[in-house]
Amino acid sequence: MFAIYKREVYSYFTTPIGYVFMAVFLAASGFLFSLSTLQSQTTDVSGYFQFLMFAYIIVIPLLTMKTFAEERRTRTEQVLLTAPVSLTGIVLAKFLAALTMFVTTLLLSCLYFYPLSLYGEVNWARVWGSLIAMLLIGMTFIAIGIFVSSLTENQFTAALGTIGILLALVIVAMVNSLIDSYVVRSVLNWISIYSRYANFTYGIFDFGAIVYYVSVCAVFLFLSVRVFEKRRWS
Amino acid sequence: MIEIEHLVKRYGSKFAVDDISFRVNRGEIVGFLGPNGAGKSTTLNILTGYLSSTSGTVRVSGIDVLDSPYEAKRLIGFLPEQPPLYVDMKVDEYLGFIYELKRCTLNREKHLKEVCEVTKISDVRGRMIKNLSKGYRQRVGIAQSLIGNPPVLVFDEPTVGLDPKQIIEIRNLVRNLGADHTVILSSHILPEVQAVADRIVVINQGRIIADEKTENLNRVVEEDRLYSVKICGPQREVLAALSKIPGVVRADAVGERELDSFTYHIQSEQGVDIRKPLFFALSERGWPILGLEAVGMSLEDVFIKLMDADANKKRPGDAKAARAGR
Repeated sequence: MFAIYKREVYSYFTTPIGYVFMAVFLAASGFLFSLSTLQSQTTDVSGYFQFLMFAYIIVIPLLTMKTFAEERRTRTEQVLLTAPVSLTGIVLAKFLAALTMFVTTLLLSCLYFYPLSLYGEVNWARVWGSLIAMLLIGMTFIAIGIFVSSLTENQFTAALGTIGILLALVIVAMVNSLIDSYVVRSVLNWISIYSRYANFTYGIFDFGAIVYYVSVCAVFLFLSVRVFEKRRWS
Repeated sequence: MIEIEHLVKRYGSKFAVDDISFRVNRGEIVGFLGPNGAGKSTTLNILTGYLSSTSGTVRVSGIDVLDSPYEAKRLIGFLPEQPPLYVDMKVDEYLGFIYELKRCTLNREKHLKEVCEVTKISDVRGRMIKNLSKGYRQRVGIAQSLIGNPPVLVFDEPTVGLDPKQIIEIRNLVRNLGADHTVILSSHILPEVQAVADRIVVINQGRIIADEKTENLNRVVEEDRLYSVKICGPQREVLAALSKIPGVVRADAVGERELDSFTYHIQSEQGVDIRKPLFFALSERGWPILGLEAVGMSLEDVFIKLMDADANKKRPGDAKAARAGR
């Protein structure tokens, strides 16, 4: 499993994809950061993190689109699936590799807070809370991206599919207010990635939300394993 | 070493593999012969654990590939139809990855060096796989299967798409590997498997139609020979003369290649060598032979023959009728 992890991380840097991901992520977050804090002369970072979540919808699929789709197209998956490694090991290795890329880039983007702290009082509890939430949301998005990638052998389809699902998950909260039925509204609210996130921006450590993110993540990784299992059998 | 029993693989209502059973003994090289779509790759993919079977068992060295996939996979080196190469890696990096993937415990440097030497890729170890020629890629694919020194090697169409020189190289490599490995290789080309295999399993439409030692199969195939002969002379008279030669079953003119000379296909009776009488018959009339070669049977011919032979064995009485009906 470690071998696959290592190769994945390595392949992000031997192909342009890793660099493109980092560049787009940092450019988008840098732009959003300066717009939402420096430009508006505030140290309130909640706006920045909200925007960042929308940026995720575009950048995370860059990271996950090729994970399984490319292996399937070039038939390299055969060497993984006939090696003494479990399917869960393969999926986890790919997930952890994408997560490593994501966390590294997220940490790099934390540099932005340094200039902010020079010019004003930053509410660090809110920053930490939001960062943890961002990490969890990113993790969930990666798991969804990997699942979509396991369904197709075309990277582009994988990316578009992931963007669609992520967009739906985020937008659900906004459509919510237009719906009259209480039941539908609370179900949508429960599904929504966005609404769970709110507490973190106030610096509140919401344990329920963490469980939610980790579970969604686990479910999609499990489904990816099932996709491979199913393909073997049919 | 490998036991396949009543293996079935069904896709919907279509049987890709329909009740196949055969064994491969330790140290044997077995050729798995069949036309495209016969179920060769499916069988090999099940054997290596890439696909699951609908029913039936596959055991490698007594280990069921379904019950204990890890133990079974460790015993097998697999070269799929399309070599599973990460083209954006260097050969060395790729083999290192495979080494780690298989959790190999042999001395790393030494083992990789040996594998590269056996497959003759030592000179390209530092190159990107995407820049390698097809022949080299195939050999890197074989090198990959050798890592960890598995006792069983499974090669799915190892020579497809290679030029004749590369085919001979791969053939020699397989033969050498056969000395201390159990090898299964598939092909849709008869001479390909004849050249290396000790035993040939012929499969068609998901069923085994022959499982013979290579010599025995050769005998079946070569019983009646077909010659392609180029003769300089008037076509109609040559044909008439040819059909008078004792032992000739059929003679057809195939085409005019040069002025006045035609190519004929001549089929001889079982066990009769017609080359000498052919020569004398033609020289008597002053028609020189410009070329003479034995034509190998096409795979279709082999299948028809084997299926005939099969029917023959089961119902001796009906064999003639079956042949007549063909």
